[in-house]
Amino acid sequence: MEESRKWAGWSAITVAAVFAASIAQMAGAQQRTAVEDIARYRELLQDGNPAELWELRGETLWKTKRGPKGVSLEGCDLGLGSGMVKGAYAAMPRYFADADRVMDLETRLVHCMVTLQGFSLADAKKQPFGNGTDRKSDMEALVAFITAESKGVPMNVGITHPKEQEAFQIGRSMFFHRGGPHDFACATCHGESNKRIRLQDLPNLLEPGDAQRAYTTWPAYRVSQGELRTFQWRLYDCFRQQRFPELEFTSDGSIALTLFLARNANGGKFNAPAIKR
Amino acid sequence: MTRKTILAVIAAMALIAGCATMMSDAEVSKKSLQVMKSSFKERGQAKLDRLDQDEVQAACSLYGTPDKVPKDVAQRLEQGQLKAVRYPADGKFVGDWKAGETIAQSGAGKQFNDDPTRPSGANCYACHQLSKQELSFGTIGPTLLNYGKLRGSSEETRKYTYAKVYNSNAFSACSNMPRFGHNGILTEQQIKDVVALLLDPESPVNK
Amino acid sequence: MADPMKIRATLQGDTVEVRVLMQHEMETGQRKDAAGKTIPAWHIQQVTATNNGKPVLSAQWGPAVSKNPFLSFKFKGGAKGDKVQITWTDNKGEKRTDEVVVS
Repeated sequence: MEESRKWAGWSAITVAAVFAASIAQMAGAQQRTAVEDIARYRELLQDGNPAELWELRGETLWKTKRGPKGVSLEGCDLGLGSGMVKGAYAAMPRYFADADRVMDLETRLVHCMVTLQGFSLADAKKQPFGNGTDRKSDMEALVAFITAESKGVPMNVGITHPKEQEAFQIGRSMFFHRGGPHDFACATCHGESNKRIRLQDLPNLLEPGDAQRAYTTWPAYRVSQGELRTFQWRLYDCFRQQRFPELEFTSDGSIALTLFLARNANGGKFNAPAIKR
Repeated sequence: MTRKTILAVIAAMALIAGCATMMSDAEVSKKSLQVMKSSFKERGQAKLDRLDQDEVQAACSLYGTPDKVPKDVAQRLEQGQLKAVRYPADGKFVGDWKAGETIAQSGAGKQFNDDPTRPSGANCYACHQLSKQELSFGTIGPTLLNYGKLRGSSEETRKYTYAKVYNSNAFSACSNMPRFGHNGILTEQQIKDVVALLLDPESPVNK
Repeated sequence: MADPMKIRATLQGDTVEVRVLMQHEMETGQRKDAAGKTIPAWHIQQVTATNNGKPVLSAQWGPAVSKNPFLSFKFKGGAKGDKVQITWTDNKGEKRTDEVVVS
């Protein structure tokens, strides 16, 4: 009896595959509906976020003995003590006494790859971003894994150390710095509430609510790029569109601006890696 | 470097370090520019001098958003920018609205990955509503729907519209809108085409 | 070598819900690269799922499925501790099999 019940039920009863459709068919739709549709599209994609593939790869990389010294990254101190990953990202960037420098997650990972694993600085920094196809970035995978370990943790970035205070002030100044042929600053698009570029809603990164929603949803799997993108990448590509020169990975400027924006998101529950169009 | 200058540099560094917790706005922008210069690298057409600021950029950065600029500062900036507007030698302000529409749709140009030999766009739709047909428009700037219908096309309006696209800051200091002519983003002909998009009765903006 | 899949299989009442993320380019064969050359098709063609070795799902996929696809399905008759195995094969003959225990 038990046997027959079992075999009678041997059929797949539902098969559902989610295909990433384009957000076409906007023409003719009402503006409000378009915004709602984008929100619904994100919601539908939430289940089965391919970012998890990056998290999986990152976890393996974190635990694998690598580099000239043949050790894993598990001894890396992300600010909460050696090997403590849970909740670490929600309090970064932060000041690290052993390096006497404010570091964001990527910079800290590079530091650990050099000091613990014995990689050269150039090797540790060489592939910050993947290209969406064949060239994958170990850094993005590690960041996906570590950030996922802060899911649900409220953002809590401090500015108690003088170097953190300085980074905050510099980050703020960079946010308002107009330059280049277009006079653009971060503030041009992200300094006012309820604005939109084309159909894309723009977060006002000076307002806690918007700043929280924006900051806590990076990294994100970008469906349109088929790639997991980190917050470092987000800044890099914003500056490209701002017509600025190329932002250097793990530079003091990128860390200062990240600290300013992360601090503005304090209190918001971290909720990434997310999924975005 | 002489010993004297080394001493001066050390003294300056000590001063900066000592005041880290309470840098003045001017100190912060100076330090911030230094940090930025070491945090970006030139690529393609985007050289490091893009981080340097002219008078308008420096003043506007200091006040943050356009609504925080004091009236007298705004007036001074606007007067200076208006004086620098270069009008077309042939006295004509209006070009071809169809070419203008293409320019209004394109966001290409001046990015480090753009080909500098190809013309730039103005990407007007990124920030403005312009025509009823184009639903994918932004709201950073005001709607320009029926721009020409509402304003007519007198000589004065044509000249003002040309100057506004050429240098938005000549009328509204610290506007979020790029100074398309002043900073060499668009050519004279391209600005005329954008003016036509706004003013031509046949343009979708006025239909 | 293809990257591992992420599989979850959970028993809910009398059905097992399986959710699978696969890493694959899923190139349609319709797109062109920057030089105007057609990018050759490269996508998963066959997906099979077994529970303790018995087939529970067989699917044929084409170029319409997105990059890094997500597949979710349910079947009856599974129990906690069963082994669910997923295999995909693409049009280049490349294959990947991963396994998870029903929880």
